[in-house]
Amino acid sequence: MDGEVILLDAYASMFGMRLRIALAEKGVKYEYREENLPKKSPFLFQMNPIHKKVPVLIHNGKPICESLIALQYIDEVWHDKNPLLPSDPYKRAQARLWADFVDQKVHTLGRKTWSAKGEEQEAAKKEFIEALKVLEGELGEKPYFGGEEFGYVDVALIPFYSWFHAYETCGNFKIGTECPKFVAWAKRSMQRESVSKSLADPEKVYDFVLILKKHFGVE
Amino acid sequence: MAEEVKLFRTWSSGYALRIVWALKLKGIEYETIFEDLTNKSPSLLQYNPIHGKVPVLVHDGKPVCESLVILEYVDETWKHNPLLPQDPYEKSMARFWANFGDDKLMKSIWQLFIAREKDQDVAAVEALENLKLVEEQLKGKKFFHGETIGYLDLAFGWFADFVSILEEIMSLKLVDGERFPHLSSWIQHFMDAPVIRDCWPPRDKMIIKYQVMREKYLAAATPK
Repeated sequence: MDGEVILLDAYASMFGMRLRIALAEKGVKYEYREENLPKKSPFLFQMNPIHKKVPVLIHNGKPICESLIALQYIDEVWHDKNPLLPSDPYKRAQARLWADFVDQKVHTLGRKTWSAKGEEQEAAKKEFIEALKVLEGELGEKPYFGGEEFGYVDVALIPFYSWFHAYETCGNFKIGTECPKFVAWAKRSMQRESVSKSLADPEKVYDFVLILKKHFGVE
Repeated sequence: MAEEVKLFRTWSSGYALRIVWALKLKGIEYETIFEDLTNKSPSLLQYNPIHGKVPVLVHDGKPVCESLVILEYVDETWKHNPLLPQDPYEKSMARFWANFGDDKLMKSIWQLFIAREKDQDVAAVEALENLKLVEEQLKGKKFFHGETIGYLDLAFGWFADFVSILEEIMSLKLVDGERFPHLSSWIQHFMDAPVIRDCWPPRDKMIIKYQVMREKYLAAATPK
């Protein structure tokens, strides 16, 4: 049996989307609880006292924080269906490195395309596109980063696609023209029900970014 | 067929030590290539083209980068003497605390190390808060996973050595036995463990290295 599974999340969180996708891929029934960011609930502070962030996966009362850690947890507990990480240790290591690259580069630089200004923003836009191009190189001719099958890196990366509209609008640039291969992969991934049902609506993400910009005092 | 295992590392890196210890615990033979990061070898740049960082483990010609990723690779490839717990939840906790060590703890310790005298008190607050969290994790245990050395001990290994170096250079006591009895005890057990103790880089060289580094940071921070 699956046990009691709760996902403490926020609609627009690309990290939360990773876990929504994984749980859907595995057919796990869970309770979704929405955090009203930027305000945070006492329950969130209790479940993630150290980082105080979403998402938190709570399985039979035990919280697992940090999306890539929770993603691996989901893959290990529900290992029978749609495995996300490959079984070969070398391929697993590569998958982990690329997921880390997504966090270090795609997330960090993507954030700057809307939160930074002037030269810093211009530099971030350029480096963001470069990072996507590196990923395009890694993808090569494969349908997914996982090869023939949708896998760990695909799950880690695809949620950022829902943020592209916000990045493009705030940063005044077009990602698709520079990275057509990336967009083709994203559209292919969106055809999976687990993805299309889990990703936030890009317009709503943009609205959320406007709230964040106000909250952080970015004009 | 004999396996070929190479480890690219620097003489002082705590990240590289994680792998040295892991390979030792698993009894794996390997070749060490010491790198000078100011003059990286073509081999290193070939094996880690994106970041050019060490350590890099090369197993039968295939490179694995990032020390925590390498630790999991070593554990999954050579399954005897497991480093990580088998239970998925315990494994998740180990990964969480390893990340905490690298992200939060290391940064706060470093900020204290390079803080100007007038900023030390403030820097110490965060470092001490993080130390308290690690102290909690060690309650009732000799090592992070219980009686034997495992993944988290290797992940925090850099800390065991660096604390005493920081304390000597800064002439202060950061991890005192009264405030942090479990952490102090862990440091002692870990530093002296047979598999661990022969691998430490020469202490006098480390003191000089970090003293020089600290002076550079302090000089850069001083307003002209």
